[in-house]
Amino acid sequence: MKVMLAGFAAIAIIAVAADFVLDEIGFASAERQSGANVRLEDGH
Amino acid sequence: MLRIAFAILWSALISVVTVPAIAQTAPDRSATGGAQTLSDILARQEQLKIDDSFRRDNVGDPDLAKPTTEQLGTLGGASDPDIWRALRYDTANVRVSAGGDVAATLVQDGGMAWLAFRDGPLRTYGGWLLLGTLGALIVFYLLRGRIGVDGEITGRTVTRFKSIERFAHWMLAGSFILLGITGLFVLFGRVGILPLLGHEFNSVLLIGSKWVHNNVSWAFMLALGMILVMWAGHNIPNKTDLTWIKQFGGIIGSKHPPAKKFNAGQKVIFWSVILFGGSIAVSGVSLLFPYELPLMAKTFAFLNTTGLPEMVGLGVLPTDLAAQEEMQLTQAWHAIMAFVLMAIVIAHIYIGSVGMEGAYDAMGSGEVDEAWAHQHHSIWLEEEKAKSAAQQPAE
Repeated sequence: MKVMLAGFAAIAIIAVAADFVLDEIGFASAERQSGANVRLEDGH
Repeated sequence: MLRIAFAILWSALISVVTVPAIAQTAPDRSATGGAQTLSDILARQEQLKIDDSFRRDNVGDPDLAKPTTEQLGTLGGASDPDIWRALRYDTANVRVSAGGDVAATLVQDGGMAWLAFRDGPLRTYGGWLLLGTLGALIVFYLLRGRIGVDGEITGRTVTRFKSIERFAHWMLAGSFILLGITGLFVLFGRVGILPLLGHEFNSVLLIGSKWVHNNVSWAFMLALGMILVMWAGHNIPNKTDLTWIKQFGGIIGSKHPPAKKFNAGQKVIFWSVILFGGSIAVSGVSLLFPYELPLMAKTFAFLNTTGLPEMVGLGVLPTDLAAQEEMQLTQAWHAIMAFVLMAIVIAHIYIGSVGMEGAYDAMGSGEVDEAWAHQHHSIWLEEEKAKSAAQQPAE
């Protein structure tokens, strides 16, 4: 039972980490489809 | 092999959705100066496939432009209708400052075939596949009942799966169930949840589902890799599988065929998870990074070199796909594979829980009773006993 819960906890940890890492390295879809002439940051 | 099957399946579905018949003779278009005629329009309305090259290829020619000193010469070699036709067939020379190839495609009619497939056959056949599997299992349970352990429980246990094996199994199981449920929400939300619970609820649910689906996928892929490394060696088919299959694995009848760590039925489940799950993972990564990792044109090009599509009457598969079409085909493939694997996994969950006494312990605590082990995995039990005897110090 403990191992099962550990497996489920790992899913949650990996999911949160994946979301954070992909966001940090600029893999948000808005950024990938953008270009040098488009300012996404700072509310522009 | 899976992609070949997909190519055949996709083409068949597309032909059902959009191309019921083929118009054979080229109509005389002299009355319209080569433009569409009424019969072209009527044929299109009846969804007959017509040779549209008279429009598709009629996009002007810059080389034929008159000198700018002549009347209308400044218009170049392409008229407005020529340019619109080029845009409609995605052959226009469109340049954009952001968004790459995707943004340069202004009209992409493959999207309609994808939409029709997703709203029609995918939901219908996929939904019935899952309901049919559940129904078949309920009928099987009513007829066969729970498969029990013959004879007395010995009270002596043997370790069936180590902690790391169970960890990987539950990570794979948990992530697959989450991915399956959220995938079904995304596919059926608009037709199944929205009418019942409203737009607000459906919106929040699907935004959450998208987050879960995108981010939980990595745990699924990691766990898939772990079980592949740990269990592939135990799942190579051998002669004992033939005996197991001949006796229907003891599921039908009262015999208990011998088996090693995994029996033939479990091997089928394992390789299904690896092949279907692997294909779902590859197509899923392609969808996670839209337009960056296109797979379909390359796959179709490879299939064309084998000659297989022509052999089965599909002709040469298209290899010049719009970026959006790549994603549409990949999404369709991802969903088809997912439905098949969900049906298989539902059967696996049944046999590992309510369907068989003692089966859950193997993945729950990792310890199984020797009586259960003898009944279902007799060769493996003997091997384990021999191993532990060899490890005991001589008295």
